[in-house]
Amino acid sequence: MSSTPLVKLSNVNFTYGSRPILTGINLEIPRGKVVAIMGSSGCGKTTTLRLIGGQLKPSSGEVRVADQVVHDLDADGLYRLRRRMGMLFQFGALFTDMSVYDNVAFQMREHTDLPETLIHDLVLMKLNAVGLRGAHALMPSELSGGMARRVALARAVALDPMLMMYDEPFAGLDPISLSVIGELIRKLNDALGASSIVVTHDVQESLKIVDYVYFVSEGKIVAEGTAEEIKKSRTPYVHQFVWGEADGPVPFHYPAKTYREQIVDRAVRRG
Amino acid sequence: MANRFAQALTSLGEKVTSRIWRLGFAARFLFMTLVYSGTALRRFQLTIREIYFSGVQSLIIIMVSGLFVGMVLGLQGYDTLQRYGSSEALGILVALSLVRELGPVVAALLFASRAGSAITAEIGLMKATEQLSAMEMMAVNPIARVVAPRFWAGVISMPMLAALFSAMGIFGGYLVGVQLIGVDEGSFWSQMQATVDFREDIINGVIKSFVFGIIISWIAVFEGYDSEPTAEGVSGATTRTVVTSSLAILAADFILTALMFRGF
Amino acid sequence: MNRATLDLWVGLFVAIGLAALLFLALKVGNLATSSSGETYRLQARFDNIGGLKVRAAVKSAGVVVGRVTEIKFDSKDYVAVVGMQLDQRYQFPRDTFATINTSGLLGEQYIGMEVGGDPEVFKDGDTVKKTQSAVVLEKLISQFMFSKASEETGKK
Repeated sequence: MSSTPLVKLSNVNFTYGSRPILTGINLEIPRGKVVAIMGSSGCGKTTTLRLIGGQLKPSSGEVRVADQVVHDLDADGLYRLRRRMGMLFQFGALFTDMSVYDNVAFQMREHTDLPETLIHDLVLMKLNAVGLRGAHALMPSELSGGMARRVALARAVALDPMLMMYDEPFAGLDPISLSVIGELIRKLNDALGASSIVVTHDVQESLKIVDYVYFVSEGKIVAEGTAEEIKKSRTPYVHQFVWGEADGPVPFHYPAKTYREQIVDRAVRRG
Repeated sequence: MANRFAQALTSLGEKVTSRIWRLGFAARFLFMTLVYSGTALRRFQLTIREIYFSGVQSLIIIMVSGLFVGMVLGLQGYDTLQRYGSSEALGILVALSLVRELGPVVAALLFASRAGSAITAEIGLMKATEQLSAMEMMAVNPIARVVAPRFWAGVISMPMLAALFSAMGIFGGYLVGVQLIGVDEGSFWSQMQATVDFREDIINGVIKSFVFGIIISWIAVFEGYDSEPTAEGVSGATTRTVVTSSLAILAADFILTALMFRGF
Repeated sequence: MNRATLDLWVGLFVAIGLAALLFLALKVGNLATSSSGETYRLQARFDNIGGLKVRAAVKSAGVVVGRVTEIKFDSKDYVAVVGMQLDQRYQFPRDTFATINTSGLLGEQYIGMEVGGDPEVFKDGDTVKKTQSAVVLEKLISQFMFSKASEETGKK
């Protein structure tokens, strides 16, 4: 295994229309590690994932995955690369018209010529890894949120990807499902020998499982470091985020005229 | 005042531009659907599944509606024809109006609201719940895997349903005209057969329904694929599918009729 | 729903659809009668064809023996040229009369073949020599009215 990082973003800018979403992002995902990208909602975390997955093209800069420049690949090359990536979507994104079994078997059937008996065994192995072997005949509508997330996880690792991407894997889960998913992310990463990117705003859960953290705010990386460094960080933004304080560099108030101007003076004028 | 006028003009211009832009995207989308149709035709099981959902599940509504439309035609047609003493021409009236017009058009309108809206809602929901995105990330093209089978299923189902509608309608006309009112059975069928031409009337009717099938399927898959990924977006797209395809069917029917039956 | 049931339903659907199409073609349309084997072509020239249309019937003794395939106007002789296609099974003598008749008072018009006595029969591409034009109702009525009117003036 080479020592170059699996994913490398160098000086990436992304603008949507004329609105800059990401500016000057430099980021590396070393092989075998679990890396978190944290930040408040709408700061460009998901956009970063989509750039790595090739669903978006950067306005400038370079996105490299496994020594290939993602945005220079043609459709075939991109699809070849994506077969070695797995992605867990925010709410699982299971195919609602297929059973749990068929969801997990989907990629195997689309991309391989494996006989159905072998697919059967593989699917049950993947489901077993997430503890849902017994649920293989259920439809996605019959699953709870946490179970759906686990099935989606089994589906994402169906072809043993080298890179796993998680988009808000903890959103909307109860505390038990939360730690189950957290543990699975770490375990699957180490078992597959893969590298993982976790995009999240759930600090406490992700700090337990990740090796390295990037903090994104308003499209820029404002802090980075290991889980321990982040916990001890004195950067005001990181401190506010990690300890969940209501006011700080991220203000409580939406930008407005001053209190006095908007309420008091008007009242005086009216009075 | 002038400012407000300018504003209205600007917003009108923006609306027109965005419509045209959308039409262009729709055309490109149809082209892509055709290009990526290989999977839908090679793995025909995918298309068969969709034929079940759009075609087979529309059977009942098409058959029942056809029967009733034919029965009404029988009643109304007899009422008018018997004033001129030519009630035995009832067969011609029922058959020609069904085969040329009502069969393809009414079946298409029903198909648009029964199957077209369902296709839009399904694809729209798959988009809203990131299923299409997930498919893309699994290196499977959603146009090939999701859109094309639904498109072809609609195109294949439509002529069958229209033919079935016409056949049921003629049977309904026969029930009312011959069995209920007592028009002579022999002249009902023989006059019909002498007048309805296979190529001119029946094949043209089939061509119409085939074109309608393309129109409905195209609009339905496009509206679904292009919908806003929210609950309101999907329900809006579903409504748009029914409205747009109904209008498109009627407009296309006029054009096709003008091309096919010019009277000489 | 498993694959076999799905296939069964879709198969049934396609079968019903094709059956409906077959019903339309054979029972409702004229596919069964129109394309029955060999035909030969004849031409006839009429001074006036009235409301005759392409695809109108050609009948002899009330039996359909063929169809009108084309109607042209001869701009040299100022007559209508009607092309017909007749069933090979039915042969007609060369002096057969072709007349344009109307079924009923207001019904559609057709060509009637009134058989003559010539031993030779028409061959493919022949022209019917003896023809009688359509009876134009308006002409008939105006003739009747004029003759009535002249009778009236004659009496005075």
